[in-house]
Amino acid sequence: MEDLLVARFQMAMSLGFHIIFACVGIAMPLLMVIAEGMWLKTGDNTYLTLAKRWSKGTAIMFAVGAVSGTVLSFELGLLWPTFMAYAGPIIGMPFSLEGLAFFIEAIFLGIYLYGWERVPRKIHWMSGIMVLLGGTFSGIFVVTANAWMNTPVGFSIVDGKVTDIDPIAAMLNPSSFTQALHMTLAAFMAVAFAVAGIHAYFLRREPQNQFHRKAFAIALCVGAIVSILQPISGDISAKRLAKYQPIKLAAMEGQWETVRGAPLRIGGIPDEDNEVTRYALEIPKALSFLANFDPNSEIMGLKDVPRENRPPVAIVHFAFQIMVACGIVMIVAGILGGWLAWRKKGIPTQEWYLKFITICSPLGFIAIEAGWTVTEVGRQPWIIYNIMKTKDAVTSMPNLIIPFIGFTILYLFLSVVVVILLRRQIFYE
Amino acid sequence: MIGLEVYLAVIMLISLILYMLTGGADFGGGVWDLFAIGPRAKTQRDIIHHALAPIWEANHVWLIVIVVLLFVAFPVAFATIGTALHIPLTLMLIGIVLRGTAFVFRTYDDQSERVHLRWSRLFAIASIITPIMLGIALGAIASGTINADPETAIVDTDFVSSWLKPFPFAIGLFTLTICAMLAAVYLTLETDDVAIQEDFRLRALIATISVGVMACISFLLSTNGAPAIRAGLGNSYWSIPFHIVTGLIAILGIWSIWSRQFKLARIVIPIQVTLIILGWGFAQYPNLVAPNLTFSNTAAPDSVLKPVLIIILCGGILLIPAFWYLYKVFKGRSLTE
Repeated sequence: MEDLLVARFQMAMSLGFHIIFACVGIAMPLLMVIAEGMWLKTGDNTYLTLAKRWSKGTAIMFAVGAVSGTVLSFELGLLWPTFMAYAGPIIGMPFSLEGLAFFIEAIFLGIYLYGWERVPRKIHWMSGIMVLLGGTFSGIFVVTANAWMNTPVGFSIVDGKVTDIDPIAAMLNPSSFTQALHMTLAAFMAVAFAVAGIHAYFLRREPQNQFHRKAFAIALCVGAIVSILQPISGDISAKRLAKYQPIKLAAMEGQWETVRGAPLRIGGIPDEDNEVTRYALEIPKALSFLANFDPNSEIMGLKDVPRENRPPVAIVHFAFQIMVACGIVMIVAGILGGWLAWRKKGIPTQEWYLKFITICSPLGFIAIEAGWTVTEVGRQPWIIYNIMKTKDAVTSMPNLIIPFIGFTILYLFLSVVVVILLRRQIFYE
Repeated sequence: MIGLEVYLAVIMLISLILYMLTGGADFGGGVWDLFAIGPRAKTQRDIIHHALAPIWEANHVWLIVIVVLLFVAFPVAFATIGTALHIPLTLMLIGIVLRGTAFVFRTYDDQSERVHLRWSRLFAIASIITPIMLGIALGAIASGTINADPETAIVDTDFVSSWLKPFPFAIGLFTLTICAMLAAVYLTLETDDVAIQEDFRLRALIATISVGVMACISFLLSTNGAPAIRAGLGNSYWSIPFHIVTGLIAILGIWSIWSRQFKLARIVIPIQVTLIILGWGFAQYPNLVAPNLTFSNTAAPDSVLKPVLIIILCGGILLIPAFWYLYKVFKGRSLTE
């Protein structure tokens, strides 16, 4: 295999692996501080047990997230030195802030996980809030740096050299807000549904178990609220793409021609050789409407750019469909849960609904992986959109297949162990 | 006027010192986990575990800070190091991943002797590989053999010859002995059990002597392995006072461990380590990746450095009390008594 492709695979795998643990590190503290806050308020020890049990799973996930994140920070230089020599200073601001946020997260996580008996209750709870803030902001800052790769601003190029760097403008680039919002909500949504699903599974066996009832209620509540906000953020993202990265949007939709009144495609198979998308269910003018609030607005098609500057259309299109499908199922689950809870004036523990939520538990993470595939593959062949191509950024190091295989084996091993250990925590403790 | 990049260089050196004094000692904990022998082996391991558990992740962040500052402030140097030292850095990363994960897996996996010991072994071996690889990378950077163009960031390297040499490997082992020394000294204060304290005292003595031996070997190898560092350490106006002070501190360190003044040792030994790293830093300055890359010719423009310095300043105001609280909660007993 060509070294460029291997480098991309290694980066994709490292990111795809890390993001699961990073999301858990962002969102679990919210669930834990809610549970612990309920304990402080009501004195009901079930909530304390819940916060402690959740914190054990989080400890495992956080450690894997911390070390796999370290791998990524080095891989930027190990795999993409030319990119970093060029972009490092421009995106340095969010990375420096991320370092700070990560410090806060790690310090207070230590206090949170090991300080149950050592610090006053209020301080312990506040430490949980600090972990939540540290994790959330560190996620936001990293996504901001990625957003800059999509909409690079805050510098100028004179004779091929970067000058006039404005790191604040670079950090606040046009994609930062939409991407950070979408990703942060996704993290909470994925984790909340995964946790709700696990406890739903146990509630089907023991419907009256107070521990699982409370856990399910907290997780479902968070998941339902976020799932209603997420489509709004998705809509803002689509509008941002239509304006700044029309080719990525075209690849997501399998839109080849530049037309007015473009349809929204559900399903379908893009044929990259013949430049058509077949077998899709088309909703007339819906894409134009969603992208610009105008059913007759113009949408740029893939044919507007030369073939070598198009992303792999099929991958982006399929990944986008998967993300949206998972999202819709979770939104339905969230709205349904809210409605059932309102009718019943209590926790919705109908057998069929618990079954539905159990099935939903992996969907958020599938959507996150698919969504990152959309944004990363959809930016290709560029590493910095319209400025630097991925192939020009890769290291000169040969035989990259060796570290790729090494990290693949390592991460597979870790995945298996994490699953086994989480099962232990969930089933036997 | 001093350029902003000098402040950044100083901050990176301070971060490296703090990483060695905290994160380095955590790796040293792994060394003594591997060499936990005798009737009290299990207790030794438990003490190491309790000492590390709440703080290792926070200590580890210093490494990320160093990496981030390197690519933000000295991007060409980061690209050069990432290219020429791809192999040792990749091995270091694998070590970092296995060390951290084995450590938590051990806590949450089956607590039977067999499973526990298996994770312990992995944790310990990874704790040994990681600082060696870090040391090899630092040794290669110091050796002045990585040729890169500060303008184009093009590196002339075969990916192997700059680090696969005696001097970087000596620095790798030197780093490992420093980690082991720090850990053993800190661990003497993590227990009230006199027998265990004696175990760690013995280990601290062995490690301190090893550090001395590795320092001498590294210095001798630097004649060919890192001539610029050798010249800096040997011929600068500060050379003689520096060596006298470091020597006195080293003797005080050994004496304090020997005479069971563990509180004193915990102050003196980290000072010794700080002096070692400072000596290297001063000898290497103004080179970042010798021979071609200096701090000034690879520095990002001031419009980048200024906000980063502001973030570090504000971050410090936030982090110092946070760290103080973390250590007070978990190390308070040994710090104050």
